[in-house]
Amino acid sequence: MEPVSGIAFEIATLVKVLVFFTLMMLIVAFTTLVERKVAGFIQDRSGPNRVGPWGLLQVIADGIKNIMKEETMPAEANRPFFLLAPALAIIPATVLFAVIPFASPLPTGAGLVEMIVADAPIGFLYILAIASLGVYGLVMAGWASGSKYAFLGGLRGSAQMVSYEVVLALSLVPLILLAGDVRIPELVSMQQGFAGAGPATVGLWFILPLFLAGFFFFVAGLAETNRLPFDMPEAEAELVAGYHTEYSAMKFSMFMIGEYAHILTTAALVTVFFLGGWDIPLWSGDNIRVLGDGTVIGDPTWWKTLLTLLAFSVKTGLVIVLFVWIRWTLPRFRYDQLMDLGWKFMLEAVTVYILVIAGAILAMEAAGLEIGRVYGLVLLAINLALAGILFWVMDRGVLIRGATYRQRHARRTAGAPAAEQRDVA
Amino acid sequence: MPGEVKVVERPDSEASYVRAVSKGLGVTLKHLLNPRKVTQQYPDEKWELGPRVRGTHRMATHEDGRAKCVACGLCPTVCPVNCIKLIPAEDENGERYAAVFEIDEFRCIFCGFCQEVCPVEAIHLGVHYENAEYSRERWVYDLERLCDQEQPFTALWEPSDPASE
Repeated sequence: MEPVSGIAFEIATLVKVLVFFTLMMLIVAFTTLVERKVAGFIQDRSGPNRVGPWGLLQVIADGIKNIMKEETMPAEANRPFFLLAPALAIIPATVLFAVIPFASPLPTGAGLVEMIVADAPIGFLYILAIASLGVYGLVMAGWASGSKYAFLGGLRGSAQMVSYEVVLALSLVPLILLAGDVRIPELVSMQQGFAGAGPATVGLWFILPLFLAGFFFFVAGLAETNRLPFDMPEAEAELVAGYHTEYSAMKFSMFMIGEYAHILTTAALVTVFFLGGWDIPLWSGDNIRVLGDGTVIGDPTWWKTLLTLLAFSVKTGLVIVLFVWIRWTLPRFRYDQLMDLGWKFMLEAVTVYILVIAGAILAMEAAGLEIGRVYGLVLLAINLALAGILFWVMDRGVLIRGATYRQRHARRTAGAPAAEQRDVA
Repeated sequence: MPGEVKVVERPDSEASYVRAVSKGLGVTLKHLLNPRKVTQQYPDEKWELGPRVRGTHRMATHEDGRAKCVACGLCPTVCPVNCIKLIPAEDENGERYAAVFEIDEFRCIFCGFCQEVCPVEAIHLGVHYENAEYSRERWVYDLERLCDQEQPFTALWEPSDPASE
C-alpha cells in the first residue's frame, strides 16, 4: 500500500491535527490530576477525590474556576506583551508535538496514513529550534509584568533554559551519529529490528546503546520544563511565584497548561528518542517502516495502529510519572549549583561522551562491524563503563557541596594546608 | 578576639548527592506504591468522640415538653464569661420558670460549669460540634432552641471512673 498523497493527504493531515490537538489538551489537563494524585500518594495524602469518581472531574472544576475568576491587569504592565506571553508559553510546547510519531501507519481506503502530524525530513532540527522558543513566553511574561519578582523569575528562566539548551541539543548528537538520519519516524524504525529489509537498523531501544545520552537528555529536559529540582524561574520561596506572579485566572492557567504540555512533549520525546517510540517490545509484528522515498516495509493494519498507540501512551505516561516522582522527591538546587551543574559539569561530560561515542562508531566501522544488535551491545558496554565513571565522579563531591567546601577542597588539592578554622569578623 | 568556626569535614558517603537522591527516590517510591492511609474523609466519616467532649448546649425537658429549668440563677452566676442571660418568672402555681433563657454560644467557652452547678439537671452541654451559622444573631440560642436540641448530653465524668481516680 502506498502512502496517501494529494487531497487525501491534506484531509488526513487536517483530521490528525484536530484529533490530536484535542487529545493532547485533554491529556495535559489530566496530567495535572496525575501530578496531584501522585503528589498526594507520595505524601500519604489522598489527592483530589471530591469531584467525580477518583477526582476525575477535578480538571473540569479547575477549568471552570479559572475562567470565572477575575482577570487582573497590573498598572505597570506592558499590555500587548503581557497578553501575548501566556500564548507564547503554550505554542512551542504544542507545535513541538507535530513531528512526534505516536503509532504505526494506519491503512485507509485512500492509502497509508502515517500517524505523525508532519513527517518533516528535518524533524530533528525542528524540535531543537522550537524547543528553544519556549523561553520567550517566560521572559516576556517576566518583563512585561513590570514587577521585580516576575522580572527576576524571567531572567533566571532565560539563563537556565539557554544553558540547558546546549546540553539538550548536544545530548542528541550521539543519536544522530548512531541513526544516521534526522527523520523522526526513521529514528523509531532504527530501534526496531528489520530482517534484511531497507537500511540496517540497530534493533535495540536507544536507551541501551546510548544510555548516557538518555540520562543527559532527561536531566536537561527536566531543566527545560522548569520542573523541580530545576524550578528556578518559579522558586516560590524567594520569588513570590516567579514570572507568573502578576497573572491571574485563565492567563495564569495558560502558563500551567504550557508547563504541562511541555512535560508531555518532553516525555514523548524521551519515548521516541530512547524508549523505542511506539515500538512494542519483544514483538516483531509491529515493525512497520515507511522510508523517505515512500517504500513501505512491514504489514500495517488498523489494530496494530491501536496497539502501538497504546504502547506509546504507556511509555509516555510512565515518563510523566517519573517526572512527577522526581519533582516530589528532590529539593530545589541553589542557583549557582544549577549553573555549575549545567556549564561546568554536564556540558563537559556530554562533550566527552560525544567524542567517545563518535570514536567508538568510527572504530567499529573501521573494524567492519555491521549496524545491528551486536553493534548496539558494544555501545551498551561502552556506555555502562562511562556511566560507572560518571556516577563515581558525581559521587565525589563535584556536584552539590557548600561553596566553602569547594574552596577548601581546591586549596587542599593545590598543596596548601587545609584551613580547618576560619576567622569570623 | 575573633571567634573560631570549626568546619566539620564530611565523608563522601554523607555528602554525596547521587546516593542521597537514590535514597530519597526510594523513600518516595515506597510511599507512592503503598501510601499510609492516614486521611480521614471528614464529612463522610467522622471521629468517634469521647463521652466527655463538650459542645453546644441542650436543655433537658419534662415529658410534656416544658424545660426543666427552675430559673434559680446559679448558671448565670457561675458562668465565667457571662454568656447566659436569664430572666425568671413565676406561674399561677407559684413555680419559677425562665421567662427568657438565652445562651450566647459565640461567647461560651464550653467549660461545663453551668451543667455542673445546675440543681435540677436542666442545662447540659451536648456533644454537637459542627456549628455554622449565616449570622451572629443565630448564635444566641433561646430556650426553645435549647430544648429542641437532640444531641446526647456530655458526660461530666468518665462513666467508668465517676470519682476521677
